[in-house]
Amino acid sequence: MNIIVLIKQVPNTTKVKLDPITGSLIRKGIESIVNPDDLHALEAALTIKEKTKGKVTVISMGPNQAVDVLTHAMGMGADKAVLLCDTAFAGADTWATSLTLSKAIKKINDYDLVICGHQAIDGDTAQIGPQVADWLNISQATYVKDIETINNKEIIVKTWLENGFKRISCDLPALLTVISEINEPRYPNIEFMIQACLDKAPIKIWNAADIGVNTCDVGLEGSNTHVIKTFTPDFKRQNETLTGSKQESVSQLLERLKKSDTTIAHIF
Amino acid sequence: MSIWIIEKQCDGCKLCTQVCPYEGIEITDGIAKVTERCTSCGACIDICKNKAIDSDITQREIPDFSAYTGIWVFIEHNNIELTGVSLELLGKAQELAKDLNEQVSAVLIGKDVTKFCNTLTKFGAQNIYFAEHDLLEQYRTIAYTNVIESLVKKYKPSILLIGATTLGRDLAPRVSRHVKTGLTADCTDLKIDSDERILLQTRPAFGGNVMATIVNKYSRPQMATIRPGVMEKIKQNFFTNSNIIKFKPELHEKNILTRVLEIIKEKKSGIDITKANVIVAGGRGINGRQGFDMLKQLADLLGGELACTRLVVEQGILPQQAQVGQTGKTVRPEIYIACGISGAIQHRAGMMGSRYIIAINNDPDAPIFKVANWSIIGDVNEIVPEMIKQLSKGGTP
Repeated sequence: MNIIVLIKQVPNTTKVKLDPITGSLIRKGIESIVNPDDLHALEAALTIKEKTKGKVTVISMGPNQAVDVLTHAMGMGADKAVLLCDTAFAGADTWATSLTLSKAIKKINDYDLVICGHQAIDGDTAQIGPQVADWLNISQATYVKDIETINNKEIIVKTWLENGFKRISCDLPALLTVISEINEPRYPNIEFMIQACLDKAPIKIWNAADIGVNTCDVGLEGSNTHVIKTFTPDFKRQNETLTGSKQESVSQLLERLKKSDTTIAHIF
Repeated sequence: MSIWIIEKQCDGCKLCTQVCPYEGIEITDGIAKVTERCTSCGACIDICKNKAIDSDITQREIPDFSAYTGIWVFIEHNNIELTGVSLELLGKAQELAKDLNEQVSAVLIGKDVTKFCNTLTKFGAQNIYFAEHDLLEQYRTIAYTNVIESLVKKYKPSILLIGATTLGRDLAPRVSRHVKTGLTADCTDLKIDSDERILLQTRPAFGGNVMATIVNKYSRPQMATIRPGVMEKIKQNFFTNSNIIKFKPELHEKNILTRVLEIIKEKKSGIDITKANVIVAGGRGINGRQGFDMLKQLADLLGGELACTRLVVEQGILPQQAQVGQTGKTVRPEIYIACGISGAIQHRAGMMGSRYIIAINNDPDAPIFKVANWSIIGDVNEIVPEMIKQLSKGGTP
């Protein structure tokens, strides 16, 4: 069973701070990490590999420094890694990104399964998985929380639903997007990581020509959607601090709720 | 493709640094400098009043989309009832349709779904694109994608809206790729740009720290998914008639590639916070299960539900369904009482639509206070019991 895993380097958005005066985002000094869901994707791939043999290839698209996430993946036990790196890829929306990734997957060609994280914490779109599946014309299962069985023809998975879960069987090759519930990712092995940094390490770097795409079809130029404005959300409210003893502050609060226009004002 | 500064025209006004979504431009020695983080997105070019930013990005020609008209809403259902977000979107679609002077249509797909038509009419669907087939009984990605693709190709809508549910987020990206158009995920606001007559799609980005407005100039339909709960459902309208357009899909089992083996409903823990009128939410400052028992008492007195931050879910105190925020649910109750919640942006992103926000926290610098209507700086373990006491005394229900 040969498996391709798509991973992304992301800023650690959970540690983002806001400038207390301007209210805008402080982007400086935010560490880069492997997108959390993608670690679960790689763990799922490694677990299948251990049972069925085969190779796990990791692909990432990003600037030179994104090689760090591939080193991490090699440390966890991936066999090969590819970094898709070209200035032409920059500024891509999900349409252009999914095209780029699918071209690389087609170049690798020999795969039974593509696994990726459900969504990235910087974009939160959850669109890349299904769009790659469509470029490749293969089956898909999203929100995968458990892999039940896999054989040469099909994979049976449990996928998360708002009110329970669904069991689906997918013809292979298939693309899965996994949620964090699926497993607990292993820690990378330092020796493997050192190996991955050596000259002979099986990390390849491919540009637009290597995967056979026109630069006008990828990156910002190839994108269908474009950001025209960004702004800090406006969170202003009247904001009144109620002071005094706890009895006083609470009774002031209930007084205000009583006078408010809510449908339950009468109960206060 | 790159962006550069014409230094003699730059006066260091910083406008470009504020508009850059990627920190790809900064002011050094009073002059703008493009940094390695620049993605050549071009957001800075138009904002510069001195025309000091230039690029070799070629202006793409915008195709003629005059044949594309109308706003479509994909209708999600589970064969028994319609999903709330579909009706919310029909409401939003009517607003957009008014601005464009176009029609609102519903896309209804499944097996035996005639029963939903009346409701769609009442909620304002002027047209219903209607496709029934035995193979459409259960939602399956490729089958639904193929039907929507055929409809889009034949009837050419200008806008297609889909709820950002588990189903919608599985379907929408596949459809967008298949019909060769752009898609914006998880929008929280939609507007029409009156000059260009295009859809302005606003969504949180960067973990909810910034909002981004996104447009799709180069492909049609303009597709967006919208989070449940962010658009308000309109009251049932006076519409009595829809034009039903029946479509016969051609589907073959062997091309669908997936099979639904089983759908298992898990016992609800009784929490559906998105429907709650009052929410009492706890965060880091709440003392374990005991603390949440206290909040539950308050919630019960107010006829409300219990909710929490991500941390509380990670600690295993409350289930994921109770989580409010960027990676949890978006709620808009009348009253949201944040207890011991510092108010990280990720949490705020999920509760900002609340009518009244009450914050109780012992840290006077907690960001939650900035978004509250009423704040009490103090220990939740004293304030909440006092609220319970005073509410019980007041002879509440």
